[in-house]
Amino acid sequence: MAFRVILASALCLVSLIIQPIGPAASPANAQDSLPPAPYAYQQLDNPAQEQAAMELMHSLRCLTCQSQSIADSDAPLAGDMRHQVRTRILAGEEPEVIRAWLVERYGDYVSYDPQISASTWPLFAVPLVLLLLAGIILFKRLGRRESQEHSDPGS
Amino acid sequence: MIAELGHAALWLCAALAALQLFGGALAQRGAQAADVAALVRPAAMAQALLAGFAFCCLLWVFAITDLSVKLVATNSHSLKPMIFKLSGSWGNHEGSMLLWVAVMAMAGGLIALVEKRLPEKTMQATLAAQGFVALGFYAFLLLSSNPFERLPVPAAEGQGLNPLLQDIGLAFHPPTLYFGYVGLSVAFSFAVGALVTRQVTPDFARAMRPWVLAAWVFLTLGITAGSYWAYYELGWGGYWFWDPVENASLLPWLAATALLHSASVLAARDALRTWTIMLGVVAFSMSMLGTFLVRSGLLTSVHAFAVDPERGTFILILLALYIGGALLLFALRAGHVREGERFQLTSREGALVFNNVMLSVILGVVLLGTMYPLLTEAFDVRVSVGPPYFNPFGAVFAIPMFLVMMVGPMLRWRRDSARRIQRPVLIIAVLVFVAAVLALILGDMSILALLGFAMAAGLAVASFMPLRGRKLARVPIATWGMVLAHFGIAVSLFGMASESAFTTERLAAVEQGGSVDVGGWTVTLAGVDPVAGPNWTAMEARLVAQRGESDPIIMTPQSRNFWAPQMQTTESALATRLDGQLYAVLGNQADDGRWQVRLWWKPFVTFIWYGGLLIALGGVLAIIGRVLEDLKRRSVRARADERRADRREQGYA
Repeated sequence: MAFRVILASALCLVSLIIQPIGPAASPANAQDSLPPAPYAYQQLDNPAQEQAAMELMHSLRCLTCQSQSIADSDAPLAGDMRHQVRTRILAGEEPEVIRAWLVERYGDYVSYDPQISASTWPLFAVPLVLLLLAGIILFKRLGRRESQEHSDPGS
Repeated sequence: MIAELGHAALWLCAALAALQLFGGALAQRGAQAADVAALVRPAAMAQALLAGFAFCCLLWVFAITDLSVKLVATNSHSLKPMIFKLSGSWGNHEGSMLLWVAVMAMAGGLIALVEKRLPEKTMQATLAAQGFVALGFYAFLLLSSNPFERLPVPAAEGQGLNPLLQDIGLAFHPPTLYFGYVGLSVAFSFAVGALVTRQVTPDFARAMRPWVLAAWVFLTLGITAGSYWAYYELGWGGYWFWDPVENASLLPWLAATALLHSASVLAARDALRTWTIMLGVVAFSMSMLGTFLVRSGLLTSVHAFAVDPERGTFILILLALYIGGALLLFALRAGHVREGERFQLTSREGALVFNNVMLSVILGVVLLGTMYPLLTEAFDVRVSVGPPYFNPFGAVFAIPMFLVMMVGPMLRWRRDSARRIQRPVLIIAVLVFVAAVLALILGDMSILALLGFAMAAGLAVASFMPLRGRKLARVPIATWGMVLAHFGIAVSLFGMASESAFTTERLAAVEQGGSVDVGGWTVTLAGVDPVAGPNWTAMEARLVAQRGESDPIIMTPQSRNFWAPQMQTTESALATRLDGQLYAVLGNQADDGRWQVRLWWKPFVTFIWYGGLLIALGGVLAIIGRVLEDLKRRSVRARADERRADRREQGYA
């Protein structure tokens, strides 16, 4: 049953995502008619600030694309978000503050960098468990073998 | 007519696969089923021929653009160049499934023809497992996605192929991955055969190994090519985004890497029996996940094409049957496999086990990060997991693995002392340290890039250490394979670290004659002109790029519009130098007439893919080495038999 739900929602997502491709297919002027967002395609003058902005933009999802960050997308929404990020960095805001603001606006989905929360804790707990499990396996397989080897060299 | 022949061949294939399954299963019962059991090998060979024939039929209807076939009408176009007509036959859902099962049937036919090392019962169980897997594919093709379906009224013209897919790299990218997946399914069949008959022996590992190696080579090539394709075709300058579809190809690769190392231990030392079987099961499960999850449209990304839910459900049931069945069989039978040979912690087996566990944990993390967003989506919670998650969590386990990888190949089998290899280990440790310090001085980079440089330096030298003190002419080919593959990892790591640490990017609106500086290059926009191709028109920029005093070069990035179907794409332009790549993308024209240009200078970025090629080449050498060894062993055995027969005759005489 759960799979059906995933499937249905995934298909909704597909249809959502396919729609924007339609208009984008007609030549490129959709973007130019939008209100100007100068920092969508313009770098900040200060290289350190630009790098901070770039790092942040690479870890934010373009909500109207398929698996692309806003840094990599030509979608209008991604351009607007880049403009937001660069403007805020220029105003001296910390990248993590900007991320939090965007998450508040668009939800967890917008950030590729999941933070520990009620909905994401398994992402962090499972690797820990795996680490423990790996330790136990290695200890059992290698540790035990060694002691047996010592006590029973003939085996 | 041709389409109907192909369709009929598929039904026959399904019947033969069923025969294989039941014949192989009955063979386990004992001698009274010998008649049916004797049919298993011929059935596999016949299935191979028929499945190959069915695929040729599909190629044919695409080649002549038979628009009465639904698949051709929806995916092809009479104006397309021939090569893309042909590649279009597998560039869609139904065709790719047919290609998959055809390759698998041919692999089955081949093992039925040549594999004589294993006990006959084990072989029959192996081919039965093959039949089982194939049967699922045939059912899927025949019941829910028939590639040969006719239209009631032939279409006037085809609907074309996604222009993004009209690219020679992408035409061969999916089949390469599929060959890898098929190889892993063959390995799985061997594992099932060994598990059912409890013959988990070095011979089993030797029979399985070439298939695992071949699968691994194809997966390596597929991932390398796919990453390069994403890099130059999607026009965003990145080579890996931990996209679910990318992960779907990485997961089987990780499992195959672990499996081939574990199979080597089993073949050489008769140790790690259950572990090898388990990895075989995991590798197969991952390749099924890779095949079906992408196809079901569950993972949405540029690769995934929308599919109707009925088909998706079918896929999920198949997936559950395959993976569930494999795990169940493993759980039921693994207890019966006797423990293999023992070894010490400080031994080559010890190092291999450590790295196998690390690889498995990385696999677990990538699987979790890929599937978790899908799981939460079922409960209406949407999260994204991307590079900021995968990179550090992967590295935590990858770094210890790389360290052990530097030392492992120098260790002896079974038991060894750390003191014996003290000196080379010291040299490598100093190298790693010096590289880390140098990277620290050289630039302000992320901790991961720094570690990447350090690991690359250590591994580059360590990979050649197993050759020290040996006559190079006498080193076995397979050992050269290992050396090259390990060195390839170092080369790739270096490329990744360099790309991450030293890439410079410029984004600018340029007027005609204006220029931009990026990473030591001066790039001038000479002009932008309209150009046209067979099924597209484009705006093409002429960029004059010059580095220092050297001769300027012309780069021509395009912004393309396809018309069947309508779609806009960017065609990036690349200038490759030994020390890196200049990457140019043409954007839109602003109202004031200036053009958006995006430029990157990426030092040593090409090493990422050179490394991938080296790894694959290493795998090819390993296959050649192993197969030659097997042939030699076979002829030695044959000669010994002959001599024994001679002696017996003389004794009687």
